Amino acid sequence: MPGDKGNLQKILESGAFSVSAEIGPPMSADANFVIKKASELKGIIDSANVTDNQTAVVRMSSIAASYLASVNGVEPVVQMTCRDRNRIAIQSDLLGAYALGLRNLLVLSGDHQCFGNHPQSKNVYDVDSIQLLGSLKRMKEEGVFMGGSKCKFPAEFFLGATVNPFADPEELQLIRLRKKIKAGAQFVQTQAIYDVAKFEEWMEKVRSLGLHKQAYIIAGIVVNKSLKSIEMTQLVPGMLVPDALVERMRAAGQGNYDSEGVSIALDLIAQLRKVEGVSGIHIMAIGWESIVPTLVEKSGFLPRPVIE
Amino acid sequence: MIIAEQKSIDEIISSLEGFKSAVVAACGTCVTVCMSGGEKEAIRLADALEIEAKSRGGCLKTSVTCPTRQCDMEFLDENEEALGSAECILSLGCGAGVQFLAEKFPDKVVLPGLNTEFIGVNRDIGYWTEMCQGCGNCMLAKTGGVCPVTRCSKSNFNGPCGGSSSGKCEIDPDTDCAWQLIYDRMKRLGRLDELLEINEIRDWRTSRDGGPRSVVREDVR
Ligand code: SF4
Repeated sequence: MPGDKGNLQKILESGAFSVSAEIGPPMSADANFVIKKASELKGIIDSANVTDNQTAVVRMSSIAASYLASVNGVEPVVQMTCRDRNRIAIQSDLLGAYALGLRNLLVLSGDHQCFGNHPQSKNVYDVDSIQLLGSLKRMKEEGVFMGGSKCKFPAEFFLGATVNPFADPEELQLIRLRKKIKAGAQFVQTQAIYDVAKFEEWMEKVRSLGLHKQAYIIAGIVVNKSLKSIEMTQLVPGMLVPDALVERMRAAGQGNYDSEGVSIALDLIAQLRKVEGVSGIHIMAIGWESIVPTLVEKSGFLPRPVIE
Repeated sequence: MIIAEQKSIDEIISSLEGFKSAVVAACGTCVTVCMSGGEKEAIRLADALEIEAKSRGGCLKTSVTCPTRQCDMEFLDENEEALGSAECILSLGCGAGVQFLAEKFPDKVVLPGLNTEFIGVNRDIGYWTEMCQGCGNCMLAKTGGVCPVTRCSKSNFNGPCGGSSSGKCEIDPDTDCAWQLIYDRMKRLGRLDELLEINEIRDWRTSRDGGPRSVVREDVR
């Protein structure tokens, strides 16, 4: 039904703490890949982000994979980057997504194509992520397309954006977050958090600006399966992984990395859910999606609330 | 100015295949300043092409001429005789020069000797960077005189993407993040507040997306 709300929105609006994860679509046309992941996550999480050609590697479209997830019991958050589509294609695809019953949308700039498997391609960037949020808000509130003409039955997505609490310059990143929320973001997912103390400091600024009251702030975490994976994460620009956590992983010793990774993730979840202004947790278990049910269960998040 | 680079001898010589003579046409403006298509470069290239042709068992006769500007018919007319004195013309002008020469000489093959790169500035000896895309609707008043359309790899209009790190762009540690530059400028000018204003969705008709552009100025006609 038009205007009906998705699960994620209902949970957040009820004041319950949301739990979400990711489904990365396959680099193929294999529907079973998505169906299998959805079946593992069904009933465990409130929603799953379905990435849009993440790191600019060609994958099954976010909308198609989202649809497969939704008919297999997991509410998706469609992702849309500004990299690959102009405003005509974006709006067209989103009308289609909404018509398929998809209700959540996360808007991103998108990783530059030089990182992916088609560095030879042209990029688009007709609109930026803030302009896109603003246009989609206008579409749902005023029923107009970006070009100004009327849309009789607009797509009314629950709109999300991303933020990196550790990106610099911090002052400018906060300005950008304010703009995203002003433009239309109703929920904001953070980059992976390892340094809870630093994140607390950041949240204090977010709270002092009242941003946590204008949009749901959802804290992101990454689960690492090996020493190498946490070491690599530490090297990613914009990621802040305290040495102590890397050391903790190392001290666990070969053979125990996966259980230590889980234990670190559980600690992070426990700490983050207590931070004032955090409305949910988003688990990024890249390449290790099967661990999500364990994390959710051990964190005491089950059963997931059902809100009518 | 327009920055261009000379194509490889290899590519130029293959495009000249079958011709016995060529005029190498320099251009006296941008490409002279960026040392890719001025008279000096034309003379050097003409010699190199003759030697290269010979080493490949062929024979190419070259001459050089240097119109003040290839993008003004007046100067092409002035050089008509020299420009038309060989079988083909190898233009060391920017893309505009090559095309204008082709218009001037409809019966001659006109070949490009340069790759035209961008509108940019000279930062150091032998170092140029891109500054402007000619988008037709300058927004530099809002961004502290730093162009996000051109200098942000994603043409972000409203602040940095999540990939900005220590002032550098995610695509390459040697490329400045345009939004870091904008931030630094605006902060220094005490105008950071202005960055809170949302730059609305753009009308790209003023840019190349509206089709090839022309400017008609009645006041100077
Ligand atoms: S890092 Fe800066 S310059 Fe590079 S794409 Fe992001 S905002 Fe643009």
